[in-house]
Amino acid sequence: MFTYTIRRLLIAIPTLLVISLIIFLVVTLAPSDPTANLPLSIPSEVRAQMREALGLNEPILVRYLLWLRQFFLYEPLHMLDQAFGLSLAGEDMQRILSWQTRSPVADLIVQRLPQTLWVVGTSYVVGVLIALPIGIVSAYRQYSWFDQIGTFVSMVGFSVPTFFTGVLLIVIFSVHLGWFPSIYDTTLRVTDLSTFWLQIKQMIMPVAVLALYNAAQISRFMRASMLDNLNQDYVRTARAKGMTERVVVLLHVLRNSMIPVVTVIALGVPTVFGGAIITEQVFKVNGIGQLLIIAIQGGDVPTVQTLTFIFAVLIVLFNLIADVLYGLLDPRIRYD
Amino acid sequence: MSETTMSDQSPRPLVEIRDLRMHFPIHAGVLRRRVGAVRAVDGVSFDIHEGETLGLVGESGCGKSTCGRAILRLYDITSGSIRIEGDEIGTLGQDALRPRRPRMQMVFQDPQASLNPRMTVARIIGEPLDEHTTLSRAEKLDRIYELMDAVGLNRNFANRYPHQFSGGQRQRIGIARALALNPKFIVCDEPIAALDVSIQAQVVNLLEDLQDRFGLTYLFISHDLSMVRHIADRVAVMYLGRVVELAPRDSLYGAPLHPYTQALLSAVPEPDPGLEASRRHIILKGDVPSPANPPEGCNFCTRCPQAMPVCHRIDPEMRELRPGHFAACHLHDPDHAPTAEPTAANDQPQQGE
Repeated sequence: MFTYTIRRLLIAIPTLLVISLIIFLVVTLAPSDPTANLPLSIPSEVRAQMREALGLNEPILVRYLLWLRQFFLYEPLHMLDQAFGLSLAGEDMQRILSWQTRSPVADLIVQRLPQTLWVVGTSYVVGVLIALPIGIVSAYRQYSWFDQIGTFVSMVGFSVPTFFTGVLLIVIFSVHLGWFPSIYDTTLRVTDLSTFWLQIKQMIMPVAVLALYNAAQISRFMRASMLDNLNQDYVRTARAKGMTERVVVLLHVLRNSMIPVVTVIALGVPTVFGGAIITEQVFKVNGIGQLLIIAIQGGDVPTVQTLTFIFAVLIVLFNLIADVLYGLLDPRIRYD
Repeated sequence: MSETTMSDQSPRPLVEIRDLRMHFPIHAGVLRRRVGAVRAVDGVSFDIHEGETLGLVGESGCGKSTCGRAILRLYDITSGSIRIEGDEIGTLGQDALRPRRPRMQMVFQDPQASLNPRMTVARIIGEPLDEHTTLSRAEKLDRIYELMDAVGLNRNFANRYPHQFSGGQRQRIGIARALALNPKFIVCDEPIAALDVSIQAQVVNLLEDLQDRFGLTYLFISHDLSMVRHIADRVAVMYLGRVVELAPRDSLYGAPLHPYTQALLSAVPEPDPGLEASRRHIILKGDVPSPANPPEGCNFCTRCPQAMPVCHRIDPEMRELRPGHFAACHLHDPDHAPTAEPTAANDQPQQGE
């Protein structure tokens, strides 16, 4: 297992390099102009000077290599400096700066990440916690009323986009009932019970929208996996042994059914860090997803590039985690 | 394991099956209405005496396995009576059955699929002990080792997983598991069908040894007639959900009475090529009718080489034709038996499939 993990991590290096090149090319070759959002009164030679100052006149390959050096060498050094108060990074080692804000992209991410993790992360946890019991009961009572209703709700959760459910919830609960705020307030500091309650209130709607979407997918996986296992011979063996139905379902069937579901859940975790771009827009949560969309609109190449590359790293990493989990959960799978 | 366990010897059979029926509903159409039933087991009756092995044979799909599972109430049966040691279990709920499970166990056909892939051998064998006994950890481990010894598995393998064993070893695990709670009655559902021939003999011999040591009673389900001849004391032949012939082994193999049994036995190859060349094979025509739509009259009438008009109308009763030898066939019924020559069979209209 350990050697397997090391081997996979080594293979991940060329994979990520190729991904970084593709991302760089896609973002750079896209017809976007970082000066396009500036006032029209700025003359075009000034714009050209600004582009030159941003390093846009260099050949693409040079820009790519410079970015690689910044991302893999300068940024880690600066982070170590910040974390432990060292001075490893030299004066000439420039950080990756956002073209829009002129602040380091890493700092932007650090500012945005808590909101995303709170809202999107909570919704993922809630979604999983809802999905698993629904999937288990749906499979155990296949074609029952519970299963039919569960299937219907899953289909709705699957097919209705979050920008619709989000706006619908805002119309019902913010506009008509006035129960919850429609805008997520990032400046809120949780200091006592009343502010904690406010935090809960502003999280309920975005979390509900995303949890419905996540639960719809995962509950279907859980149900299908349970159904696969419920008809297996070893389940009949367990019943013939005289095990109680609880033991049969929760110990024998569920544990075996969890193997593919855990993989699906692990593979979904990177999307939590990636934020839910649309839902964050609807509820004005200034998380990672919103940062990305603003950066794309502003032609902010370093931010877009760095964010997408971090998502790629997370996806590769969680793929590996899913494979390792698979090996831990299923004794038939051995990586050596 | 000898001829001494005949029907008249023990006062009360260990297992009494009366008119057991197991029908699986068929749902069809938009509203999934019930449109019929697959009559997998349709009125089966027999006894199994203590210490004997009853072989249950028949071709694929005739309801052998369903019958075995229904007897252990792994299904909720449609109707009929199942008595084990005089205790009616046919109508009990699954909760009431649970404390009775230790007395009746099953060895399954597929030793790979019937073992939980995520449990070690020790857990698979020991799990029934957790549920049904109050043994301490150490006592359970002793019992697990004892069982592994009994079925000829190395104790050092206790912490391995099923996929790390060969087919024969896995079946030994399945047998050890079935033995864990000292059952009296074991249904062996084609325990050797998934194994190599060389391993089959080992497993069958193991089953026989265990029967001698622990006084077990077997219902041995198989389609392998020569293996059943080897292990069984009495043999029941099933066709399309019914028992057509039930007889002591030697009587059945020596002088089969039902045309279906005759056809089955004629299909067993003869090792002597000289004899084989001169043997008369009874080749059955057509397929087994669908158990969802069995023919009227005798179930076998669509394929019987000796079918008579009465066979298409009246279902033959099981009757004792020789001591202990039962068959359900009009040929042996004095009211319907052909007086001169049997009616030609193959120009009868074919019913069913």
